[in-house]
Amino acid sequence: MLDRKLLRDMKRLWAQALAIALVMAAGVATLILGVGAYRSLDETRSAYYERYNFADIFATVKRAPEGLKQRILEIPGVSAAETRIVKFALLDIEDMAEPATGMAMSIPDYGQVHLNRRYLRSGRFPEPGSAREVTVNENFALAHGFAIGSTFSAILNGNKRTLNIVGIALSPEFIYAVGPGGLIPDPRRFGIMWMSENALAAIFDLEGAFNSVSLKLLRKTDQADVIRQLDDILEPYGGTGAYGREDQLSHAFLDAELKGLAALSRVTPPIFLLVSAFLINMTLSRLIALEREQIGLLKAIGYRPLTIGMHYIKLILIISAAGILIGSVAGTWLGQGLTILYADFFRFPFLIFRRNPDLYVIAAAISGAAALAGGVRAVYHALTLPPAVAMSPPAPAQYAHLGIERLAALKVYSHLTLMALRHTLRWPVRSGLTILGISLSGAVLIMALFTLDSIEFMIDTIFFQSDRQDATLNFNDERPIRIMQAVQQLPGVLTAEPYRTVAVRIRNGHLSRKLAITGKRPDTDLSRVLDLDLQPVTLPETGLVLTQKVAQILKARRGDLVWVEVLEGRRGLKQVPVTEVSQSYLGLSVFMNLDALNKMLEEGPLVSGAHISYDKARTGALYKAIKETPEISGIAIQSASLGKFRETVARTIHMMTAVYIGLSLIIAFGVIYNSARIQLSERAREFASLRVLGFTRGEVSQVLLTELGLLVALAIPLGSVIGYWFAWAVIRGFENDLYRMPFIIEGGTYATASFIVLASAAISAAIVRRRIDRLDMVRALKTRE
Amino acid sequence: MAATGKQTRSRGSRESMFKVEGLTKVYHTGELDIHALSGVDLTLYEGELAVLLGPSGSGKSTLLNILGGLDTATSGQAWFRGDEITALSERELTQFRRNHVGFVFQFYNLIPSLSARENVALVTEISTSPMAPDEALGLVGLDHRLDHFPAQLSGGEQQRVAIARAIAKRPEVLLCDEPTGALDSKTGVRVLEALTSVNEELGTTTAIITHNAAIKDIAHRVFYFSDGRITKTDVNKRRVTPDKVHW
Repeated sequence: MLDRKLLRDMKRLWAQALAIALVMAAGVATLILGVGAYRSLDETRSAYYERYNFADIFATVKRAPEGLKQRILEIPGVSAAETRIVKFALLDIEDMAEPATGMAMSIPDYGQVHLNRRYLRSGRFPEPGSAREVTVNENFALAHGFAIGSTFSAILNGNKRTLNIVGIALSPEFIYAVGPGGLIPDPRRFGIMWMSENALAAIFDLEGAFNSVSLKLLRKTDQADVIRQLDDILEPYGGTGAYGREDQLSHAFLDAELKGLAALSRVTPPIFLLVSAFLINMTLSRLIALEREQIGLLKAIGYRPLTIGMHYIKLILIISAAGILIGSVAGTWLGQGLTILYADFFRFPFLIFRRNPDLYVIAAAISGAAALAGGVRAVYHALTLPPAVAMSPPAPAQYAHLGIERLAALKVYSHLTLMALRHTLRWPVRSGLTILGISLSGAVLIMALFTLDSIEFMIDTIFFQSDRQDATLNFNDERPIRIMQAVQQLPGVLTAEPYRTVAVRIRNGHLSRKLAITGKRPDTDLSRVLDLDLQPVTLPETGLVLTQKVAQILKARRGDLVWVEVLEGRRGLKQVPVTEVSQSYLGLSVFMNLDALNKMLEEGPLVSGAHISYDKARTGALYKAIKETPEISGIAIQSASLGKFRETVARTIHMMTAVYIGLSLIIAFGVIYNSARIQLSERAREFASLRVLGFTRGEVSQVLLTELGLLVALAIPLGSVIGYWFAWAVIRGFENDLYRMPFIIEGGTYATASFIVLASAAISAAIVRRRIDRLDMVRALKTRE
Repeated sequence: MAATGKQTRSRGSRESMFKVEGLTKVYHTGELDIHALSGVDLTLYEGELAVLLGPSGSGKSTLLNILGGLDTATSGQAWFRGDEITALSERELTQFRRNHVGFVFQFYNLIPSLSARENVALVTEISTSPMAPDEALGLVGLDHRLDHFPAQLSGGEQQRVAIARAIAKRPEVLLCDEPTGALDSKTGVRVLEALTSVNEELGTTTAIITHNAAIKDIAHRVFYFSDGRITKTDVNKRRVTPDKVHW
């Protein structure tokens, strides 16, 4: 019999129940979405690494003899080593005017490849010794519409060659393929070209030699120890310092993304589960208050408290089941979408969708537990009420004077407003939790929307304040500074500023970090170094300018002396003061005055590349000239980087933002609608009285709307504060060596979040208002409260 | 709508306040049609105190609700001072209640979040020429409980606040549905005293619904209800004061 009542209750309460179930579903969905996508991607990555033998340690050298490989293999703990030739080259591709950058990578002509094996999507690998055949990475092929048989030109060691695509492949080394100077993968402008080792060796005069080596370690091997020994072996041959997977660009980016995803799935679901627990508590408390007499009656006629308790528990379970079901379906669906989105952005030969039942069980258990926790107090109350007490009406609610009543005489507010104020303060905990619930929806919105502010700020800082060059040219080797005259004379070039990068290890006490020092002219105007207030810094005559992140890692402050171990050229160890700390959102950069850097290296005035600005009208001629300049091995065009950056942001961030806006609407609507419905139910009699007294529908609604308005008005600033805090946590969560987002929340973001919360409040209010209009005065007044 | 007459008129003038002709009300509940009113004719005069007597379900509340603009009739007509209230829209009914009618119910229906004074002030705030809330509460003998909330008042006190609230706007009519129904005899008498004094001092036309036959003696006229009809009308030649009433 009670089950029939349950069904009828559900029919009556369906809108409120659905609102709660949706909030819960949002929690379940974000959990399954986040954890599911994380697990799928993590699993995919692990399987990919394992099947294709992704190396553990990577190192580059200037030129080392092949015979060194045996010594490397003898390092204890090394299970495999693979040497190869890796060189950058400018590409001349028919469908684009500007040159692209290619990374030529050798594959042995004979014998098996052990490490960093490629997955051949189609075609084959180049014939041994062929200097015309090339296998390219899939994204590059897709970006240009290349198929087997397509051709493009590459300037390899100064000679332009036409290359014939014979295969399309993927590699665990380039899941996230960023070209030199690029921020994010741009497959149109950066491609990987696998070529015959013999052919590359011949082209780059590296016969019997290699300039790159990767190692695989045995389990439980001390990586740092192997790196140290490898560095010792490679040092005489121009080794620039070996590094582990964690510093391998593709792996590091992917790892940062996955960590972000995992962080997100730890933060958001609890918010939704908390809110749904509160909503269940609020709704069930009200339902039980309304059914007080029925409960008393049921007890009086002999129903056991446990049976009655179960009746309400079942109600919670039905709502939870609906929430879990909707959440699981939505979470699975969104999770797959997100996984595919990620997989499309990164590049995997296969995708493993992990659909572990444990995740669903955990999600269901957590949500169910949260719901029961929310309802248990209300149910307990129903169980402990003695039948005689339950069957008599509850004592009228006690109210208190607010101390502002005198203002009524001044007509500052009406008695309707007073009703709203007193009622809000009568239930401080509930009002407080409602405010908190609404504010969480605002906070989630701010968390979702502020990323765009941060990214815009970051774009402005990077592209318009700091790196204002039109393009950056990389030379294929260190070149004497006089090359700048040639660069200056390239068609259309307006300004050219040289830079030099040097691989170093910086040590401060026991802390050390391998990175690169970039030397620039002190008066540089294109690629500027910005201080912490984002003002341009004139690079001092001596000393290092550390970016904030590097300073943090090394615990170094201005004025500290740090050790710089040069990892290339003549090498050497120098003690250098830190003269400035600068701002930077990308990578780990350290800057130095170019002259001071060259002086420290004792190598004379050398440069690694140039930043240029040019006349856009002469772009064609400039690109043509660059393609014919053998010394230039790579080019990064700022406008292209910016375009790609924005495109990627649009694809990923905008989707996440949309999802979060949807989720926060669910919270806002769930909390506001439920709270309005409960108020209406509690106060139907009061409202009916007001209607009888001759108050219009509008005036009666005013009481409810004032109260909701008050709660929302208090929730909005609180939401802004919590949102600020959430945003800060997100910034911190996403901070890593590769990138850091500036913590920027524009006023417009607060305004938009507030507007969305207000709009969902207005919609909830409008729905409840319709119920006030349909209020049956006579019936409401005849019932005993 | 007629102007609000405030002064006491002699009942001899016999000017009609409410006039009802052939009023019926049918409630459709599922398969069953309930005839709450089956053709009621009635006239209530200015300044009159009428008691509507009958068992529950006899249609007296339905009539009162229609007269007070809380409900609509299925057929028939009702006039208030010559204006047909059965023809009014929802909005006009609200205005009618606001300007002309005071209600008193069995369960008081006070606003729990407002004090006695504020419950009255709630109404005076939207009236054109109300009396001061304190004055209205004084009329029902509650001038010492002004700042108490409903939860701090006894049932009788709450009902008297409800009466004060109903009369504070100086309505032409006061409609009371079982005003003593939830009260003991002694408290009920105090409430009836409040009602009769309002009727006498302000000349407010008053209709009291009750199934308590003892109350009928305080009225000018008594209407007996049964099965949705008025079966009998009595004129009390000799009215008694409420303190003489017992139940």
